[in-house]
Amino acid sequence: MSTQSFTNVQSGQMPPALARADVDGPLVSIRDLRVYFDLGGGGAFDKLFGGQTAKRVVKAVDGVTLDIMPGETLGLVGESGCGKSTLGRALLRLTEPTGGQVIFRGRDLAHLTQRELRGARRHLQMIFQDPYASLNPRMTVGQIIGEPLETFKLVGSRAERDARVRELMTTVGLSPRFIKRYPHEFSGGQRQRIGIARALAVNPDFIVADEPISALDVSIQAQIMNLLEQLQRERGLTYLFISHDLRAIRHVSDRVAVMYLGKVVELADARTIYDEPLMPYTKALISAVPVPDPKIEATRRRVVLEGDVPSPINPPRGCRFHTRCPFAIEQCKEVVPPLAEIKPNHFAACIRISPEEPHIEQVAPGDAPGLRQTGRRLAQ
Amino acid sequence: MSSNGHTLLSVKDLRTYFETEDGTVKAVDGISFDLQKGETLGIVGESGSGKSVTNLSIIRLVPRPPGRIVSGEVLFHGQDIMALADDDVRKIRGKRISMIFQDPMTSLNPFMRISKQLMEITQLHLGHTKSQAYEHAIHMLELVGIPDARTRVDSYPHEFSGGMRQRVMIAMALSCQPELLIADEPTTALDVTIQAQILELIKRLKEQTGASVILITHDLGVVAGMTDHIIVMYAGKVFEQAPTHELFDCPGNPYTKGLLRSVPDPAHEAGTPLYQIPGLPPDVAHLPAGCPFAPRCERAEEICTREYPPFVQLAREHFSLCHFAEEVYAQSCRERDAAQNEVSETVEPIDHQATNGQTRTKNA
Repeated sequence: MSTQSFTNVQSGQMPPALARADVDGPLVSIRDLRVYFDLGGGGAFDKLFGGQTAKRVVKAVDGVTLDIMPGETLGLVGESGCGKSTLGRALLRLTEPTGGQVIFRGRDLAHLTQRELRGARRHLQMIFQDPYASLNPRMTVGQIIGEPLETFKLVGSRAERDARVRELMTTVGLSPRFIKRYPHEFSGGQRQRIGIARALAVNPDFIVADEPISALDVSIQAQIMNLLEQLQRERGLTYLFISHDLRAIRHVSDRVAVMYLGKVVELADARTIYDEPLMPYTKALISAVPVPDPKIEATRRRVVLEGDVPSPINPPRGCRFHTRCPFAIEQCKEVVPPLAEIKPNHFAACIRISPEEPHIEQVAPGDAPGLRQTGRRLAQ
Repeated sequence: MSSNGHTLLSVKDLRTYFETEDGTVKAVDGISFDLQKGETLGIVGESGSGKSVTNLSIIRLVPRPPGRIVSGEVLFHGQDIMALADDDVRKIRGKRISMIFQDPMTSLNPFMRISKQLMEITQLHLGHTKSQAYEHAIHMLELVGIPDARTRVDSYPHEFSGGMRQRVMIAMALSCQPELLIADEPTTALDVTIQAQILELIKRLKEQTGASVILITHDLGVVAGMTDHIIVMYAGKVFEQAPTHELFDCPGNPYTKGLLRSVPDPAHEAGTPLYQIPGLPPDVAHLPAGCPFAPRCERAEEICTREYPPFVQLAREHFSLCHFAEEVYAQSCRERDAAQNEVSETVEPIDHQATNGQTRTKNA
């Protein structure tokens, strides 16, 4: 259950450094974050009995550095298996990071003790993709939304809790009459509202929304996106909005980070990513989205990528996209491209472009201007 | 839809009901359409709208009980599938009409090699020998773009990725050169770049084989580029039915209009809220009197909650289920004209070719 992380908290007292609002600079700074999953193999037993002779490690998130500014929505987009959900979970330490830092108000969440972490989670909340699996079917809506309030001792009595729950239900557009109902009595969109109310209960500053609309019908998706935006305006929330849906990401995000096989490959504000993408992968991703307009669909030419996303168990060496990239050259198989600033506040990870030659189509065949650059600003 | 040309499939007033503890669910309640040879029909709707049950009814795969095809004709080359014996339906299903389902993992047998699953079909329907069927299986995998088909044909489904599995499903569906392909949410479980590959593949194969396609989806973007006609379903009813261009240009139903407007538009200014259809999809077992969309409809008046709306013809081949269909249609057409004038006055014509499809054009 998603609520497990809130249980058994002994104290609602916050460490002083975390309780202080710090609006200068980023709210969350992610530094070289890595999350590896060990799949075993490579041990003596495997070698003797014909198992996996090589150690198999999934590098789900492999060295991500990002800043999330207060009050913004950072969209995180990518295909399944690119590590976007793992990144979101690692920020809240629902998945333990292998290395790197997550700095929230000057403190590194990746190195807090469990007890300190529970306190910190009051400020960091999550909304999950599956509104069916993320709510305990045996708890009433009142208990689900009220649990974090009790866990963090934000309410004194049952009556106070219920009053607060009713208020939260109204905020997210649920009738408070339903407080005693169970999750199965609600539709997918309503359940997602319950999940949002639960996340809001502790008055967080930062919410990771992991595919919050993917499981919902089209007419309900718009309702949930509008609700999230309205709550952000009213409460000054900061979101990490994770989705594979580029149309949704473009709509809700201020800035967008594109992930591919564990790495951020492009980062810019939402409009720029959409209108002037630099990376071949981003271009393909955007062109793959069908447009609900037959006239555009009839004339536009798609960049259809060959092949599938390679397995994250043994990702390609060098640039991980080189196996599918129409612009790949020999060096791409060797050099891991850093995320570098190509245009002002527009970062991309590709050795075939540089600030002087940002358009990959215009770069001389076989040339890699990105390799010649030395004084580039890398992603902070 | 027009009656000239060769009508492959003609569905007339099809009704499929389910008996549940909650009472009778009218999953499909009166759908009619003609599908010409080589045409693609899109059926669009949200979950519970009846789009998948329509597809299952056409090929008589509705589980019975609880399902029951109450009325209707499904004429395939003029022959009513509903009136055929089960054995005769089996001869059509998989051979002349075939299907692709949403989830390739649950539609393929996990214990059977791909080769065996492909061979079964042609051995059964085309009387292939084992070796003929094996060669045909390899040929089909090559056709759908599986690299190194000869070695991969003996793999098990789990050895393939999601996109590759969906290609195998398509290879199976096309093995006997069907005249009609029904694709039920064929790309919903796939990533966008893989979705683009699969849609291109269906388009190409359709052109090569001249098959007709029924494409069932919730994604208006997918139908825009793939179909000739569209049926919009809501609560088991056909809400709007029109040629694709007409439907997107001049929707004549408030529900269709709402759906089109609730898709995020990249040209949209940040911070302005997205159009949203209020309320929730209806409980199909307990539909309100009158129009089932009335509780969520902007245009609804008192009559909508009282009287069931008429199915109004708005143009040739364009129908809408609404008390105010003509008014909504006229307004949509005015909006389209206004938008076109605005574009031609203020903005340079957009060359989609030049942008190479890489960026979405903002003003179109």
